[in-house]
Amino acid sequence: MSLLELKDVSKIYGDLHALDHVNMKVEKGEWVAIMGPSGSGKSTMMNIIGCMDTPTEGQVLLDGRDISKVSKKEQTIIRRDKIGLIFQQFYLVNYLTALENVMTAQYYHSVPDEKEAMEALERVGLADRAHHLPSQLSGGEQQRVCVARALINYPEIVLADEPTGNLDEANETIVMDLFRQLHEQGTTLIVVTHDPEVAQTAQRALVLRDGHFTKETVNNNFTGVIHYND
Amino acid sequence: MTKKKMFFRMISASLVRRRSRMLIALLSVAIGAMILSGLVTIYYDVPRQMGTQFRRYGSNMIVLPKEESFSMEDGEKAKAVIPEDSLVGAAPYRYENVRINQTTVLAAGTDMEGAKASSPYWNVDGKWPSGSGQLLVGKEVAEKYGLKVGEPVTVTYTPEEVYGGDDGTETEDVSDAAGAASSETEAESETEEEMILDNEMDFQVTGILDTGGSEESYIYMSLDDLAQLTGEDGGLDILELSITAQQDQLSEYADQINEAVDTVNARLVKRVAQSEGTVLTKLQALVLLVTIVVLALTMICVATTMTATVTERKMEIGLRKALGASDQSIIQEFMGEGILLGAIGGLIGTVLGFFFAQGVSMGVFNNSIVFRPLLLPITIAASMAVTGLASMIPIRATTKIDPAFVLKGE
Ligand SMILES: Nc1ncnc2c1ncn2[C@@H]1O[C@H](COP(=O)(O)OP(=O)(O)OP(=O)(O)O)[C@@H](O)[C@H]1O
Ligand SMILES: [Mg+2]
Repeated sequence: MSLLELKDVSKIYGDLHALDHVNMKVEKGEWVAIMGPSGSGKSTMMNIIGCMDTPTEGQVLLDGRDISKVSKKEQTIIRRDKIGLIFQQFYLVNYLTALENVMTAQYYHSVPDEKEAMEALERVGLADRAHHLPSQLSGGEQQRVCVARALINYPEIVLADEPTGNLDEANETIVMDLFRQLHEQGTTLIVVTHDPEVAQTAQRALVLRDGHFTKETVNNNFTGVIHYND
Repeated sequence: MTKKKMFFRMISASLVRRRSRMLIALLSVAIGAMILSGLVTIYYDVPRQMGTQFRRYGSNMIVLPKEESFSMEDGEKAKAVIPEDSLVGAAPYRYENVRINQTTVLAAGTDMEGAKASSPYWNVDGKWPSGSGQLLVGKEVAEKYGLKVGEPVTVTYTPEEVYGGDDGTETEDVSDAAGAASSETEAESETEEEMILDNEMDFQVTGILDTGGSEESYIYMSLDDLAQLTGEDGGLDILELSITAQQDQLSEYADQINEAVDTVNARLVKRVAQSEGTVLTKLQALVLLVTIVVLALTMICVATTMTATVTERKMEIGLRKALGASDQSIIQEFMGEGILLGAIGGLIGTVLGFFFAQGVSMGVFNNSIVFRPLLLPITIAASMAVTGLASMIPIRATTKIDPAFVLKGE
């Protein structure tokens, strides 16, 4: 059984089909990239997988359970327990320090543990910035805090919507390396990106166009290390 | 770290690190709490203050004899009914007709200290009598006889029975008694037959009394001097009491006196006691009204700030929800912030309120107030309740925030 399966999923806004009969399977531990032009429905799909939205039609099976018709309350619980989210904007709570931001995810998930949160920051190379506020961190550092926050509760799936879209190459490399580590630990990764190099690093890349998949590329030389073609 | 600790860490971080945003709300809560605690202090202090204040306008209870007069002992008994700490002054009076330069003047024997205390508005030019042979003269009397402070004056008393004898009817009957009286006192001119019956005493005027009232047509001496002049102890005609108490309490005291001493009849000076009551009731109603208005304004300000806060922090709320926060926990956090804000504002407000009440009290009553420690927890609790209540509706709006919608856009 796949960890995640989308069966004939559609999301319709008025007469706009943001997602149009999408089918997709993601195995446990897989690293999948999703590409596609702006407005093709990538974020819409991520929101549905991330349990922040429900499809108009179709089924979404997560761990065998259909999450397409659950209540808001249950969505919150699934999100809390199974999913780690990383966004293009480095969404952090602006009045909490890096450490406190990571602990916030622990707080909603189970119990805050300062030591463990600190270790997560160490993993993303920010131990010395733990007590800085987001405004005192660079964009790359902020995104690394977001990564630390996404992995703190050992989610089954990490969903990243354009995680490197606003990063320079150096920071992109750091974040991609963190993804590689997550992948090596067995975390399932779904990464939305515009960047072909980011997409090519994944095991498999899917292209979404006008609400449905048009192309799938399997990376036969997968190493998890990003290559720049210059 | 426990969840509770993290909760406080988050809400206090929000208040402390977003303090510039919360300042107005904090200020409004603090001012609200200040006015609340200040007015409550004044509210409870005013009756006490007003009582003392009103006591400056004279006595509010009089004790009258049931028959012609009552004894000094009964006067003391009546006085003893009033608790010492609420008794501002007690003035016993005995009135007699005396003569100066052959014309009749009303003389009052009293306890000067008691009169001074129960009639603080009496204005004495010169000095209050402090011993035997000293006389306080009403302004009217002083003008009539041209009396000045420091001058001697002779006061004559004709024993009543003989006084009546001027008409020439009962002179013989009572001449014995009058003679006996005159031999006891220092009647000087025994040679003249008419004057033999009069008692005379020399006084020195120590002060002229100015009250703007009927007191100005009296002369005042000590009870002992009056007894000596008249040759008899006599009783008291009235006992005036000045008491700090509200009307109900006063009535109770009056009843107690009437029960304890059966020769007297204690009564409230209605006009004074009632106007005290009316002023107090009106003042307290005003205080209540102002408090309600201020609380309402505070609530509006807090509600406005909270509404702005929720709007401003939409993104954060969406993010928290995306991280798995339930509507419940978001509400708890914002409520926690509101209530913490209320607690801090309440604390600041109580301190300010004390100074506010102190200022008002000094300005109006020229009297300092007592800090009531109980007011601190009460004001803080009230501020917390007010901010909590005011936050309720704005905070409910957080449940409508959709994480997907918030996090999608730029
Ligand atoms: N709440 C909504 N109401 C109406 N239309 C919506 C809504 N959300 C998304 N859409 C539409 O659905 C389509 C897909 O949007 P989506 O955000 O998924 O695109 P995307 O692939 O993520 O684009 P980008 O690369 O620019 O982020 C767009 O045409 C968008 O306008
Ligand atoms: Mg998008």
